[in-house]
Amino acid sequence: MRLHTIILGLCSASAIAFGAHAESITIATVNNGDMVRMQKLTDDFTAKNPDIQLQWVTLEENVLRERVTTDIATRGGQYDVMTIGTYEVPIWAKQDWLLPLDNLGDTYDAGDIIPAIAGGLSLDGKLYAAPFYGESSFVMYRKDLMDKAGLTMPEAPTWEFIADAARKMTDRASDINGICLRGKAGWGENIAFLTAMANSFGARWFDENWQPQFDQPEWKNTLQFYIDLMKDAGPQGASSNGFNENLALFQQGKCGMWIDATVAASFVSNPTDSTVADKVGYALAPDNGLGKRGNWLWAWSLAIPAGTQKAEAARKFVAWATSKAYLELVASKEGWANVPPGTRTSLYENPEYQQAAPFARMTLDSINSADPTHPTVKPVPYVGVQFVAIPEFQGLGTTVGQLFSAALAGQSGVDDALAAAQAAAVREMTRAGYIK
Amino acid sequence: MATRQTRTLARFMMVPSVILLLVWMVVPLAMTLWFSFQNYNLLNPANVSFGGLFNYRFFYTDPAFFQSIWNTLVIVLGVLLITVIGGIALALLLDQPIFGQGIVRILVISPFFVMPPVAALVWKNMLMHPGYGVFADIARFVGLRPIDWFAQYPLFSIILIVAWQWLPFATLILLTSLQSLDGEQKEAAEMDGAGALSRFIHLTLPHMARAITVVILIQTIFLLGIYAEILVTTNGGPGYASTNLPFLIYRTALLGYDVGGASAGGIIAVVLANIVALFLMRAVGRNLDK
Amino acid sequence: MARTVPTGTKLGWTIAAWVVALLIFFPILYTIVTSFKSETEAIAGFNLVPSGTLESYREVQSQYNYFKPFMNSVIIAVGSTILALLVAIPAAWSMAFSPTRRTRDILMWMLSTKMMPAVAVLVPMYLIFRDWGLLDSRIGLTVMLMLINLPIVVWMLYTYFREIPGEILEAARMDGATLWGEIVYVLTPMAVPGIASTLLLNIILAWNEAFWTIRLTTTNAAPLTAFIVSFSSPQGLFWAKLSAASTLAIAPILVLGWFSQKQLVRGLTFGAVK
Repeated sequence: MRLHTIILGLCSASAIAFGAHAESITIATVNNGDMVRMQKLTDDFTAKNPDIQLQWVTLEENVLRERVTTDIATRGGQYDVMTIGTYEVPIWAKQDWLLPLDNLGDTYDAGDIIPAIAGGLSLDGKLYAAPFYGESSFVMYRKDLMDKAGLTMPEAPTWEFIADAARKMTDRASDINGICLRGKAGWGENIAFLTAMANSFGARWFDENWQPQFDQPEWKNTLQFYIDLMKDAGPQGASSNGFNENLALFQQGKCGMWIDATVAASFVSNPTDSTVADKVGYALAPDNGLGKRGNWLWAWSLAIPAGTQKAEAARKFVAWATSKAYLELVASKEGWANVPPGTRTSLYENPEYQQAAPFARMTLDSINSADPTHPTVKPVPYVGVQFVAIPEFQGLGTTVGQLFSAALAGQSGVDDALAAAQAAAVREMTRAGYIK
Repeated sequence: MATRQTRTLARFMMVPSVILLLVWMVVPLAMTLWFSFQNYNLLNPANVSFGGLFNYRFFYTDPAFFQSIWNTLVIVLGVLLITVIGGIALALLLDQPIFGQGIVRILVISPFFVMPPVAALVWKNMLMHPGYGVFADIARFVGLRPIDWFAQYPLFSIILIVAWQWLPFATLILLTSLQSLDGEQKEAAEMDGAGALSRFIHLTLPHMARAITVVILIQTIFLLGIYAEILVTTNGGPGYASTNLPFLIYRTALLGYDVGGASAGGIIAVVLANIVALFLMRAVGRNLDK
Repeated sequence: MARTVPTGTKLGWTIAAWVVALLIFFPILYTIVTSFKSETEAIAGFNLVPSGTLESYREVQSQYNYFKPFMNSVIIAVGSTILALLVAIPAAWSMAFSPTRRTRDILMWMLSTKMMPAVAVLVPMYLIFRDWGLLDSRIGLTVMLMLINLPIVVWMLYTYFREIPGEILEAARMDGATLWGEIVYVLTPMAVPGIASTLLLNIILAWNEAFWTIRLTTTNAAPLTAFIVSFSSPQGLFWAKLSAASTLAIAPILVLGWFSQKQLVRGLTFGAVK
C-alpha cells in the first residue's frame, strides 16, 4: 500500500518536473519515396509543436492496406493518422470511420487542392482525407526511338497511334520492346491499368443495375487490343510485370513506351537512376475518340480514424504535411523536383516547379482529365476511375486480374477469360446483394 | 519397465503442453467456426447476420476451388520430393570428411534464415525475371532464349523457391540423424564387404527413417499453409495456375475482408489438412514408434 | 572420428560439397553483393563485383533505426523459444521414455493445431489481442510464437530423445540412481545436442515468422520482419535497399548459426560416443 503511494507520488512528481507530457501520435504510411522524405523532415513539425511526438509505421502498400483496414474495422485504435488511397476514402467515410477534415486551419487553403483529387477524397461535399501526393497515368516514351521509327508523338495520342508506334519501335534483336504495360494479376496492378484503358474503349464494370459487363463487346475490344499489342510489342514475362518491373525495364532502355503512373516520370528522368533520363517525352494517355482517356486517378492521402483519442494533434500533423508550407520546405531542402506532386494547383503555377519538372504540365492535364465521379462513357452506379469503390472490389478485381493475366500469358483465350470474369463477377455481386 | 511412480510423473509432465495447446486449438477454432456461420464483411460491420452454411457453399463453388486444392497438393508433394531427396543427398555429402566443413554447413543451412517474402522477391526479380534476372543472363550467355518462369511454369517456379527455403531444414534434421548412426555399425558393415549402395539401403536409410518421417510431417504442415511466396510472385495467376487453398483464403480474408467466407475456408482447410495428415500417418507414421 | 581418409578422396568430397553449397548459397550471396551496389547497378544485369557503396545502408539506417526492431526480434525469438523449451522438454521426455498407445495420436494432434491457415484467423485473433490489450506488445507476441512453435519443438525433441537408448536408463536405475540423478547425470548430457539443435531451429523459425509479427505490431514491439516490410516494394527501385535491409536482418542469425553450428557438431559427436 505504502509502496504503491510512493510510486504514484513519484510519477506525479516527475510529471510536474517535466511539464506537460508530450502527446505521441502514431502514423501509418506507405514506404514510397515521398513519405520517407516526410519522415526525415519532421523536425520542422516537432519544432513548431514541441508537445507532439511522432511515431512512424512505414509499410509496403499491400501490408499497409491490410493493417489499417483490419485496425479501423475492428476499432483496434493502433493509429492516429492513416495513409490511405482514393479507393478507401469513400468506403470508409460512408461507415463514419473517418473524421471530416473541414477545419485544417486558416492558412490551409483547401480551395487550392486540385478539384479532381478533392472530389475523389470527399463524400457529400465533405473532405475526409487530405491528399499527400496525387497521380494520374500518362504515356512516357523514348524520343530517340520515336525519331528512329519516323514518327512524332502527338500531345494527345489515340490508341491506334500508340499501337502502330509500338510495333514500329520494337526491335527484338537489340532487346527493345515497343511498349511495356502492366500484366501482373492484381486489382492494383493489371486491373488498374486495364480498367482505365477500358474506360476509353467505352467499357464499364457494371451497368446502372450493377450487372457486370464483361460479356459486352467493349470489354472484348479492350482485352483483344491489349493482348495483340503485348504479343507484338511487349516484353517477355509481361504477365508478371507490375509497376516496378516495368520501371526497371524502362530505366534500362528496354521499352519504347510505358503507360503508367505520372510519378514514374520523376524516376525515369532522374539521371542517377535512369540510363535514358535525357531521352524521355510525355504525352496524355491515349483515347479512342469516345470522350474518355485511359488515365487513372490516385491520391495517397492522410486520414484520421474516428476512434482516435488524439484528434487535435493528428489534425495538426495532417495540416502540416499537406500544406503549401510543406511543399516549400521540401523544395528548400531537396529541390523542387522532389516536391510531392499532384495535390495543389498553386504548385503547378509555380515557375520554379515548372522549370524543375518538365512533366509538370502533362501531369496536371492528366489529373484534370480524370473524373472519378463520371469515369466511363456510359453511366455507372459507382465512383472510381481504375477501381470501383465498393468493398468487394479488391477480391473481385484480383480474380479478374488473374484471368486476364492468363489470357496475356497465352494460357486461355480472350473469350474464355471474359466469360470466366463475367461468371465470377455475377457470383460475387449476387452474394454481396447488389444483384437482386 | 518404468515404475508406476515414474509413469504418473510422466503423465504429469505432459500436462502443461497439452493444456496450452488445447486452449490454443480450441479458442481460434471455436471463433472461426462461429464466424463461418455469419455473413460478416469487415468493411460493412453494420450488416452482420446469421448465414447458416452459405459461406461454405460459396467457398467451395468458387471456380478456383478444386484447382486450388490440386495446386496445394502439388506444391506440398513437389517441395517434399525435392527437399527429402535433396536433403538426404546433402546430408550424406556433408557427412563426408571435407575441408571447411563448418563453413559449408552454414552455407547450406543459410536459406532458412531468409524471411519468406524476401526470398520470393529476390528469386522473382533478381534471379528468375526474364528481362534482367540472373537466369536470363545465363540463358542469353549460352545462346538460349530466356525462360519466362512465372508465366510458363508458375507452379514449378513457386515449388522451386519454397524448396530452396526448406532444403536446409530437411538437411539439418537428416544430418543430425545420420551422425547418430553408430560408427562401429558402419565399420562392421564395411568389413562385411557391403558396397556403398547396399550399406546405404540396408543400414543408413532405415536408420534415417524416423528423421525422414519427421521432415515429411512437419514440412507438410508448413507447406499446406504457403501463400506469401505466391502473393509476391504471381498473385495466384496466370489464371488460377498458382492459386492454392491458403491463397484463396487470403483473397477472401484480406482482399475481400469477408470474415465469414474466410472462416469457412479456414475450416475447410483444416478438414482437408486432417485428411492429408491421416493419409500420411498411415503411410509413414509407423516409423515414429520404431 | 578415428577413421583416416586419403587426402585425394577428401579433396574430391570437398570440391563437390563446396560447389553444391555455393549454388545453394548463391541467392543470399547475391543479395549481400547487391546491398553494396547503387540502385542502378542492382538492375544492370549480372555482376558479382559491386562498387562497394554504403549508400543503401545509410539510407536504411536513416529511415528506420535498426537497433529497436533488432532488440525486439531477439527478445521475441529467444523468449518464445525458451518458453517453448521449458514446456516441451518434460512432454517430449515423457513421450519418448514412457510411451503409451496414445503417444503417436497426441503427437499428431499437437501438429494438427498448426493446420489452421493464419490468414483465416486474423480477425478473431486481432479481436482477442485488442480486448486483452496485447496489440503491439512483446509479451503477446512472445506467447503467441511460443504456442505456434510448441508442436514443432515437442516433435523435434521427441525425435532426438528417442535416439537415446533406453538401456542406459535401466542401467542407471539398477545402480540406484534417483530420478533426478538420472535426469541430470545420464540423460541431460545425451540430450544436449538435440536440445541445442531444436533451440537453434526454433529461434530461426521465430525470427522469420512474418505473418503475426507484422500484423499484431505497430511501433513498440515491431521486430525485424516489420523492418524489412518497410523496405520491400515501394514505388521505384529498391533492390539495393531491400538487400541491405535483408542482410542486416539475416546477419545476426547467420552469426548465431555459425557459433551454434560448432556447438552442434561437438554435441553430436559427444552424443554418439556411448
